[in-house]
Amino acid sequence: MLGFQLLNGLTFAALLFVVASGFTLVFGLLRIVNLAHGALYLLGGYVAYEVGGRSGSFAAGVVAAMVAVALAGLALDRGLLRFVKGQDLRQVLLTVGVGLVLNDLFLVIWGGDAFTVPTPEALQGAAVVMGVFYPKYRLFVLLAGVAIFVLLWLVMNRTRYGALIRAGVDDAEMLSATGVDQGRLFVITFMLGSALAGLGGAMGGAFLSLYPGADAEILVFSLAVVIIGGRGSLEGAAIGALLIGLLNTFGQVWFPELSYFVVFGPMALLLAFRPYGLFGRAA
Amino acid sequence: MKRRIVLATLAAPAMLRAQGTSGPIKIGLMAPLTGVAASGGREIVEGFQMYFETINGRIGGRAVEVTVEDDASNPDTALQKARRLVEQGNVHFLFGNLLANTGLAVANYVRGTGTPYFIPVIAADDLTQRSRLPNVVRVAGYSASQFSRPLADWAYKQGFRRIATISQDYTFGHEQCGGFAQKFTSLGGRVLQQFWHPLNTSDFSPYMGQLANAGVDAIFAMETGADATRLIQAYASFGLKGRIPLMGAMNASDQSVIRTMGAEAEGIVSAAHFAEGSTNAITQAFVADYDRRFQKLPSLYGFSHFSGAMWVAEALKTIGADAENRERLLAAVRATTLTGSPLGAPVSLDAYGNPVYDAFIRRVVRRPDGKLWNAPIETYPRVDQFWGFEPEAYMRQPAYSRAFQGPR
Amino acid sequence: MRAVFILAGLVALASMPLLLPSYQLGIASEILIFSVLAMSVNLLAGYAGRTPLCHGAIFGTSTYVVIIAAAAGVPVWAACLLGVAAAGGLSVVFGIIAVRTSGVYFLLLTLALGLIIWGICLRWTGVTGGENGLRGDLRQGWLADSQRLYWLILVVGAVLTFAMWRLVRSPFGLTLRAIKDSPSRMAALGHDVPAHLFAAFVASGLFAGAAGALYALFNDFVSPTTVALPQSVEGLLMAIVGGVGNILGGLVGAFVLIALEQFVSAYTERWLSVLGLTAIAIMLFAPQGLLGLLQRKSQ
Repeated sequence: MLGFQLLNGLTFAALLFVVASGFTLVFGLLRIVNLAHGALYLLGGYVAYEVGGRSGSFAAGVVAAMVAVALAGLALDRGLLRFVKGQDLRQVLLTVGVGLVLNDLFLVIWGGDAFTVPTPEALQGAAVVMGVFYPKYRLFVLLAGVAIFVLLWLVMNRTRYGALIRAGVDDAEMLSATGVDQGRLFVITFMLGSALAGLGGAMGGAFLSLYPGADAEILVFSLAVVIIGGRGSLEGAAIGALLIGLLNTFGQVWFPELSYFVVFGPMALLLAFRPYGLFGRAA
Repeated sequence: MKRRIVLATLAAPAMLRAQGTSGPIKIGLMAPLTGVAASGGREIVEGFQMYFETINGRIGGRAVEVTVEDDASNPDTALQKARRLVEQGNVHFLFGNLLANTGLAVANYVRGTGTPYFIPVIAADDLTQRSRLPNVVRVAGYSASQFSRPLADWAYKQGFRRIATISQDYTFGHEQCGGFAQKFTSLGGRVLQQFWHPLNTSDFSPYMGQLANAGVDAIFAMETGADATRLIQAYASFGLKGRIPLMGAMNASDQSVIRTMGAEAEGIVSAAHFAEGSTNAITQAFVADYDRRFQKLPSLYGFSHFSGAMWVAEALKTIGADAENRERLLAAVRATTLTGSPLGAPVSLDAYGNPVYDAFIRRVVRRPDGKLWNAPIETYPRVDQFWGFEPEAYMRQPAYSRAFQGPR
Repeated sequence: MRAVFILAGLVALASMPLLLPSYQLGIASEILIFSVLAMSVNLLAGYAGRTPLCHGAIFGTSTYVVIIAAAAGVPVWAACLLGVAAAGGLSVVFGIIAVRTSGVYFLLLTLALGLIIWGICLRWTGVTGGENGLRGDLRQGWLADSQRLYWLILVVGAVLTFAMWRLVRSPFGLTLRAIKDSPSRMAALGHDVPAHLFAAFVASGLFAGAAGALYALFNDFVSPTTVALPQSVEGLLMAIVGGVGNILGGLVGAFVLIALEQFVSAYTERWLSVLGLTAIAIMLFAPQGLLGLLQRKSQ
């Protein structure tokens, strides 16, 4: 039973990691707290639902979701955020406005019914893991989460692009001193962060369902992950996601009456001692 | 969509003068058109509007003017909109709302104004029980625990003896589970475990292992909206489907949930006052008409507001459409027996303002065209909100809560 | 000259009950209540340079406490004081945690703290009524009359505005503004920056608590939506739309947003889009708010 609940926590954490890693990348490098990140997640889910359903291919749905949301991120960055560059509070409130508009737009387009992204035959049903039935799809999410972590880690630690991002996260001025095209780096990062939200939407939409309000749910969890992990830290996002995923699962099992408190209480406690999170530094 | 729908503007002056009234019958309809309950809210408006279209927007010679307000799935907004409709719009009566918290907030307001308030979907038990108000009437609606009792009876007759419940942790859930648990235990069955989770729980997986290992014959699930979708999916993907039968409160397998689902929802048994898969001719005509107009089968929200509107319209006809006279209107509504509605059998109110129905036990099955719907498999006649209990004695026991699910 | 304007404004506000029908008077009451909330946000955002997203939670905590205390038999006026005290107590806790941060961190942290309050109100069903909330019975006797309630709100609002005006012009307020402009310089000059910010946070929480207590009287109902994030966002938007750093910014912002909602929702359901677009437009074109825009125009 413990192993079973552990799997539940890990699979949920894998999804949270994918969504939160996009959030923390943008937050880390661009200093933008994108409160429309949840809406981008939901957009990814809806696109995956439409494309996946029509084409009959889950993979096509996932790719479409990532591309569409990356483009939405591009539009958001180039169309709006660049006019308030460097003013973090104006950026936050602007993204709040964008989130509201997107949410309302989704309601107009898709109505309020709960939709589920269709999954391929091979990922349906349950497999036997450690002697218990476990949904194949959730195991897939877990593997995908790990794969994305490894991929992002390699990008951040083994490529020039990653080195630039890490430099920018630590010290924005140093980055501008290197003479790289900062604008392009920022746009690419914003698109990557958005694409990760879209990927999360496609993955999560297949087992957590899509409806008005799903964006706020996932945003709150991602915020907790990033606050715990610290701005711009991939490892922090991974640890934060594990912590929140496990707390959420075991909280529901052991302290059902306190479920929200079990998630946010430890976060508040941590913040009292480390206001910038486990791996974060003051900007 | 325009907020104000004037369904018929041509008044018949001579007739109105004869009745001593003037102008249209003004109705304020509140529904969540945005927020978490938006899809149900849309259907509230559709069902309501559809009824007035079928009667050409006139009751007893008077035109009907419906003002629709969005309660935004938010009780504070619902309160504000109720004030707007009553104090600014001067509506003759209020209708609607979907979420219990919005309905309870509005009920608290009309307690002061005396405005008649009709609630075909708001199911909070106590609105027609311990804290009932003379001007709040549940036309074509139901109280939360009402149909859980016949379902418990049915479950016991299937040979189920050990049950687990899983439910959203708020009053509506406590009441639906309470009705089930109290009836089931009174028959001799046992409720082994009860799981309460917050509304809008993202991940249901933690409960699936516990349900699978609970050692029960069947599961009773009380879920609404996206939670229902997620629970049914988790139930199928974790391999419980086919091993432990799933029964639901009516919302769990309502059209609003199952119309976007597939095989995972098939076979769920629930109890309700309506079954879109009923063979009743009037019901079928209504379902087909609704499908033609809105390209979907009617949900709880749609049929309840169609029937609720019909109920009040029939009552108004008996008093010369005198909507201004609140006492007369409320008395007429209480005296009306609704016939020829999509609900099927004739329906009337008990002494507490809650309808008495022939309740259907329904199963989710696939229609020849591939759509899922709830088809009746058994009928329990004359089910009222106290079913099998003496009303005054019943109301002396505490309201259902997480702590009280019937005497143990 | 300014005294004449203020007096004229007060007379105009005080005569509302004689001019407006009951529904519009209710909206006017709501505008006054939310202007106090926006003013409390303004103290932090406009004068101390810390933008909070938890004031909805502080406001709503007071609302809950008033309704719970009154239901327990506490006289209504005492229940209101308890509500304000609870808001103050909560701000002490939040303040201790939050004042060490600044900028977006402060915003994120206060957002997270507010979420905890929302979670508690939603889940502690035995006390808070959970999702369904609590129905009060406060509007009895003297308070049953909505005109009197409006005047009460107006008097309290005016007194609070005067108190806020004195506060931001006091040496404490001037120090706060200097901290906003350059915290490191103020620290170097020997000022205890965290202590000043903490005091500002608690003062701001008390104002938000007063607004929450008035809201309890006005609405006679409370549910988790009153402490939820959108409430905090709305309070902040009102402060910003009006203009942070201006004592009347909150009143202007509350008036504009509530009046806009009333107007827009009469024609369309797409109020959220309008609100979102308003927020975007303000951030792009008038980050100093409407009053800031007016001042710039007049210069």
